[in-house]
Amino acid sequence: MIPAAFAYARPTTIDEALQAVASGGEDVKIMAGGQSLIPVMRLRLAAPETVVDLTKVAELRGVRDDGDAIVIGAMTTHSDVISDPLIAQHAPLIAEATETVADRQVRHRGTFGGALAHADPAGDLPAVALALDAEFVIAGLGGRRTVPAAEFFVDYLTTALAEGELLVEIRIPKLPGTWGMHYEKFNRVAQAWSIVAVAALVRTEGGRIAEARIGLTNMGPTPLRASGVEAALVDVEATAESVAAAAEHAAEGTSPSSDLNGQADYREHLAKVLTRRAVTVAAGL
Amino acid sequence: MTQISVRVDGASYSDDVEPRTLLVHYLREQLGKVGTVVGCDTSNCGACTVHLDGEAVKSCTVFAVQADGSEVTTIEGISSNGTLHPMQKAFHEMHGLQCGFCTPGMIMASIDLVNDNPNPSDDEVREGIEGNLCRCTGYQNIVRAVQQAAAEMSGGTAPATEALGAQS
Repeated sequence: MIPAAFAYARPTTIDEALQAVASGGEDVKIMAGGQSLIPVMRLRLAAPETVVDLTKVAELRGVRDDGDAIVIGAMTTHSDVISDPLIAQHAPLIAEATETVADRQVRHRGTFGGALAHADPAGDLPAVALALDAEFVIAGLGGRRTVPAAEFFVDYLTTALAEGELLVEIRIPKLPGTWGMHYEKFNRVAQAWSIVAVAALVRTEGGRIAEARIGLTNMGPTPLRASGVEAALVDVEATAESVAAAAEHAAEGTSPSSDLNGQADYREHLAKVLTRRAVTVAAGL
Repeated sequence: MTQISVRVDGASYSDDVEPRTLLVHYLREQLGKVGTVVGCDTSNCGACTVHLDGEAVKSCTVFAVQADGSEVTTIEGISSNGTLHPMQKAFHEMHGLQCGFCTPGMIMASIDLVNDNPNPSDDEVREGIEGNLCRCTGYQNIVRAVQQAAAEMSGGTAPATEALGAQS
């Protein structure tokens, strides 16, 4: 299977990339690691007129400390995310979830920003970004804007990125206090996408759960926060019973799809079970 | 057409390629590096794994133009002067293959794994090669081969596993 012909641009700066996108014609695709785009181009489900390849834009790579946040360049590869010391210190949930993405070859090419901008409902990183209250820094020819995670994911494979815009970096606010984190993923075989997965962050205070943030993967066309669970985990005793009771709310407000991997009601069941497991680990129980 | 300059298995090449040409097709059809095979065409099987600037990638999921200015190593470039790479030798000695179609990719992925983790456990080998599928399901001996090679590559001794046949 060979992709349809396209014009190829390989910019080396963000400005060059924005220019290349602007002048690429009607149907331009921005390629990050290409690990989702190239497969769909091979199948000719996508046949862009122009591909703008970001792999040589060095300023989009790397992780830096910015005081109250860490900032992850959109083109930082999954491999680099997994071994990054700042992520390990401030947001180990990202590394834990990234380790479950695809396989090591794909993780060498695939990028953090690419996975978020692709916004596949079964992708692992959108729910993680949502649970961490990440902020998305978007560049256009007119300047930059910042979009909170809650507004970035709009619909199935659709984000707040407008035509001609580029996701340049993702800000992860540092969390004050003592937080435990866990990503609980359910799939059947190696490399497989999540059937359902749950990202849990739990702040504990002297044996009690003070607050929790729960992100759900593949429980609707976008990643979701399990707000019913979060409400049930405000200032409660950190016990198996209280966590199990809270997890019963995990499917509220979700709209999972039915497909070959599972029916919607099965996904609703999984969301509750996986939320209980994820919160249990994150709370250190 | 776009001109690329690339080093493959230690030799330099300058070629014109269409941007849509996949790296694996460039390697096989323009350079004759047919040791790297196409298994699935869907980015799943890993048979086409090569090293791009020292890291394992699926060459069916990289465009040849993206290798411009880079160093590519294929299964054909890892032996030296007729001496098999320790990973090749281990796959041979531990019977880490049946039909052999997945083997080039298995070996390239396994070398990448051992570069990161010089002493992988059973589970770490299995996780490490999750991007490579063996349709003969001969994983047991593949895991043994990777561990034997890991020991040799790090200068230690091989784990105390006997070289069992495919029946194990």
